[in-house]
Amino acid sequence: MPETILEARNLTKVYGQNTIFKNINLKVKEGEAIVIIGPSGTGKSTLLRCMNLLTRADGGQILLDGEDITAKGYNEDKVRQHIGMVFQNFLLFNHLTALDNVMIGLTKVKKMPREQAIKKAMEELRRVGLLDRADHYPGQLSGGQQQRVAIARALAMDPRVMLFDEPTSALDPELIGEVLGVMEKLARDRMTMLVVTHEMGFAREVADRIVFMEKGSIVEEGSPDDLFYHPKNDRTREFLWKITELYGKKEKDKGGAA
Amino acid sequence: MSDFPTFFLRFLPDLLHGAGITILITAEGLVAGFILGLLTALARTYGDKFWRGLAVGYIEIFRGTPLLVQLFLIYYGLPGLGITLSRELSAFLALGLNSGAYQAEYLRGSLLAIGEGQMMAGRAIGLSRWKTVWHVILPQALRLAIPAWSNEPVSLLKSTAVVFLIAVPELMARAKSIAAKTYDPIASYLAVAIIYLAMVYLLDLVLRWMENNTRIPGFDMEGKKA
Ligand SMILES: Nc1ncnc2c1ncn2[C@@H]1O[C@H](COP(=O)(O)OP(=O)(O)O)[C@@H](O)[C@H]1O
Ligand SMILES: [Mg+2]
Repeated sequence: MPETILEARNLTKVYGQNTIFKNINLKVKEGEAIVIIGPSGTGKSTLLRCMNLLTRADGGQILLDGEDITAKGYNEDKVRQHIGMVFQNFLLFNHLTALDNVMIGLTKVKKMPREQAIKKAMEELRRVGLLDRADHYPGQLSGGQQQRVAIARALAMDPRVMLFDEPTSALDPELIGEVLGVMEKLARDRMTMLVVTHEMGFAREVADRIVFMEKGSIVEEGSPDDLFYHPKNDRTREFLWKITELYGKKEKDKGGAA
Repeated sequence: MSDFPTFFLRFLPDLLHGAGITILITAEGLVAGFILGLLTALARTYGDKFWRGLAVGYIEIFRGTPLLVQLFLIYYGLPGLGITLSRELSAFLALGLNSGAYQAEYLRGSLLAIGEGQMMAGRAIGLSRWKTVWHVILPQALRLAIPAWSNEPVSLLKSTAVVFLIAVPELMARAKSIAAKTYDPIASYLAVAIIYLAMVYLLDLVLRWMENNTRIPGFDMEGKKA
């Protein structure tokens, strides 16, 4: 039985009068790739941001390796180096080269000596296939390359788990494949991952478990086969039907990219 | 007016001496104002309620009153409270405090323009809030601030002329004494105007050089501020 790495218990988030989600329970086990799907505005991004404490949850707990990281006085900065995060719009540090983007966490957070940090950062860039772009600034890279650098930046910290928030949604269709390719490889290497995405092909191929979220709650979860071929809930069925229609069409239009 | 060149050359050494003092007090005010302005901008953008309030109060007071009033309050007013400062120190304080309020606003604008995303990305890899400000936000914000901030050195240079009113022997004070001595105010103030113009021109060159040499390759600040 693999260990639970990251867990949300009865997690609740409220913005003003709006309850974004309520009593969410979610377990991410070691080596598992979980894909969260659901309509936009449902609270998926907010959930991910709560999981690494970028946003404070209003109720419930988050456990990392069994430790309650939402407990009062817990060192947030320490927690975040163990939870990698990749954003929809990359958010690379614009004033730093690809190499420095990947290195900064090593030198400034982990206090790794420079030589060692360079070596490690180069290794991470190689992992995402961008060794030859080490000295490029974000503004000199394509969206797909920027996102791969962002993945390398998160991986460099040797996180226990990686969170991906729609990592390909901001990309031109022809660039989506290279990012999904890197993520697939990570999953094959048994990196523990929690991925929000609309890429159903990726979800079907890579996910160990798919979680369907709607209007702030988890409607259904299960293996890709269960969800895609035997959804229990009508809303799941409807959503999957819509999204396959929408994205399938887009893929066909673009000549089957991604 | 026909012998203005002769007049100009005759008093040039004296005027240049005054210009030197003008440049010195401009530089001092600029540096003091920069440090103060940066701290104020950070306090106003990232501080808690108390620091934000303090920053806003300082900015409003010093941008909302004339520099001359601030100068006189410091030089003639403070002795009433038992604090007597030299002319030079009074000028330095007034210019530094005044410039700091303006620089705070320029710098705050660019801090805000960098956006929440960079802060989030910094926090996500485990950098603390202030480390993110230092290593991520500031390096970008300072570059971004240069075009708007470039008004300040020029504006401050010209503002220093008011300190002749408390008899700091800078450029304007020299002009006044030359005018009194020669009974030729037109030539005196014209000569001073030429020297101010020359200084502003040189300053502009330096600022443009700075702007060009701090560009981030591939990153145009207008286009994307993630
Ligand atoms: N900082 C915020 N303040 C107020 N409301 C927010 C904030 N962030 C997100 N929301 C709201 O929370 C809801 C869920 O947003 P989000 O988590 O981005 O959904 P998703 O990622 O599923 O599209 C939306 O209605 C959004 O408007
Ligand atoms: Mg989202």
